[in-house]
Amino acid sequence: MNFYTTYFLIAIGLFAFVALFTLFGVYAERKLSAFIQDRLGPTEVGKFGMLQTLADIMKLIQKELIIPAAADKVLFLMAPVIIFVAVYLGFAALPWAPGLVPANVNIGLYYILAIISIETLGILMAGWGSNNKYSILGAMRSAAQIISYEIPAGFALISVVMIAQTLNLQDISMQQGILSAEKTKFLGFWDVSANGGILAWNIFRAPHLIIAFVIYFIASLAESNRAPFDIPEAESELVAGFHTEFTGLQFALVFLAEYAMMYLVSMVGVILFLGAWNTPLPNIGAVHLANWTTGVAWGIFWIATKTMALIAVQMWIRWTLPRLRVDQLMNLCWKVLTPLAFLCMLISGVWRLWLM
Amino acid sequence: MYKKAINGFTTAMKGMSLTFRHLFASNAKRKVISVSDDNYFKQLEGTNTIQYPHQKLPVPEVGRYQLDVEMDDCIVCDLCAKICPVDCITIDSIKATEAIGQTSDGTTKRIYAAKFDIDMAKCMYCGLCTIVCPTECIVMTNQYDKSVFELKNLNYEFVDMAPEVAAEKRQLLENQLAERQAAKLAAMNKKEGDA
Repeated sequence: MNFYTTYFLIAIGLFAFVALFTLFGVYAERKLSAFIQDRLGPTEVGKFGMLQTLADIMKLIQKELIIPAAADKVLFLMAPVIIFVAVYLGFAALPWAPGLVPANVNIGLYYILAIISIETLGILMAGWGSNNKYSILGAMRSAAQIISYEIPAGFALISVVMIAQTLNLQDISMQQGILSAEKTKFLGFWDVSANGGILAWNIFRAPHLIIAFVIYFIASLAESNRAPFDIPEAESELVAGFHTEFTGLQFALVFLAEYAMMYLVSMVGVILFLGAWNTPLPNIGAVHLANWTTGVAWGIFWIATKTMALIAVQMWIRWTLPRLRVDQLMNLCWKVLTPLAFLCMLISGVWRLWLM
Repeated sequence: MYKKAINGFTTAMKGMSLTFRHLFASNAKRKVISVSDDNYFKQLEGTNTIQYPHQKLPVPEVGRYQLDVEMDDCIVCDLCAKICPVDCITIDSIKATEAIGQTSDGTTKRIYAAKFDIDMAKCMYCGLCTIVCPTECIVMTNQYDKSVFELKNLNYEFVDMAPEVAAEKRQLLENQLAERQAAKLAAMNKKEGDA
């Protein structure tokens, strides 16, 4: 019985985290975009407008759920739930600190990749169920985009897995710091097992992973449907794409899923490339910075900070770069990112065999 | 191909650095100065947008923003309603039985206004009514914030005369007209009788 209580507590805790993060994320995005555009953003609700998103969610909760007369009711009602649950389930396998992981699955990375591709199904259901030309166009674009970009993202991740030799996210995290059981080499020649810190991160253990990281980051933008890859919801062409017809709580769920997805893909990127919950501060001689800043609380702090930084970059990109056309999008994916990701995978193999 | 990729990266970096600069640069509050000020266009750099309800830019006093009528000065001549190209002014007048006062420029008022409505939703801000007004009681003011929640609130009513009062005034006028008619008739009869 106790067993199940823990499970429920963890699930509720993760949901609370996702909801709180969404509230914060929307506020942060609005402020960031405002500052970039020489505005101030929300200022009226609470100090510096900090309660703005709370007011927004209160409004969304009170709104009527409108189901269009011509909509496919079952698909329409289930779509936001599937979109959100698919992303939410992905959080189960993410490690937060040494020894702190909701589900220590030995195929964690594979599980995450599998479970978040279910989101495409939810988006297709939303588009088809709405019975609206904009929605279906957005959903088709989204399906084409997400499925295409899973290939470069997948191969970029595989190049990390080849270096790490495991799919367990906690093990991958463990390898990138002072807690590592095996030898960690900076750039393949300098043994930094005792130093740890930023030197032991995957992108520095094998420098070609920097390219893999960039590929993964670009692909993750596309997978979470964010600008400059937001053609599924391109507001200037498709009203709001697949979520045009949604109101109230259903819309809130779609929004929750978008921000949860941002956090999830950033966190996966951090775990695989940027040292997961390991500290960026290395041990230098007698100054054991890495030892001092490693622990459960520090782990949560580091991974949250790194993830937030990556999300800030996502937002920064969104408010800077214009949207890609569909053909440019596919060009970039199939002709640039996919071959580069294959190249990274090849280099990973060679690196593993000869340098590690 | 490589050229294109490099070009893409450099332009993206350019854009990103631009937005990054703006992220921190524009935090100064905009000073409230008029467009006619010499410094007006110099303060566009490094400031954020005007926080409208809290900060208001000064506007010229003679701005054509909305109409206002000083009813005490109005002689209800109906000229403004006649010249209005879009017919947004509606005046309902009742002649008084005697002089009912004076405007501030000394003109005698002889007509009551039972109704003086200006529909600002129809107004096209040409200002013709302010030009023809003999007593200069209808003017354009510098009040520009006139958003309302209901369209009918844009119909400004400058006179608040109760229908009973208006009916009474009309009755008085009718009585006076009838009296005059009777007097005229009597005079005519007398003339005829004399002849």
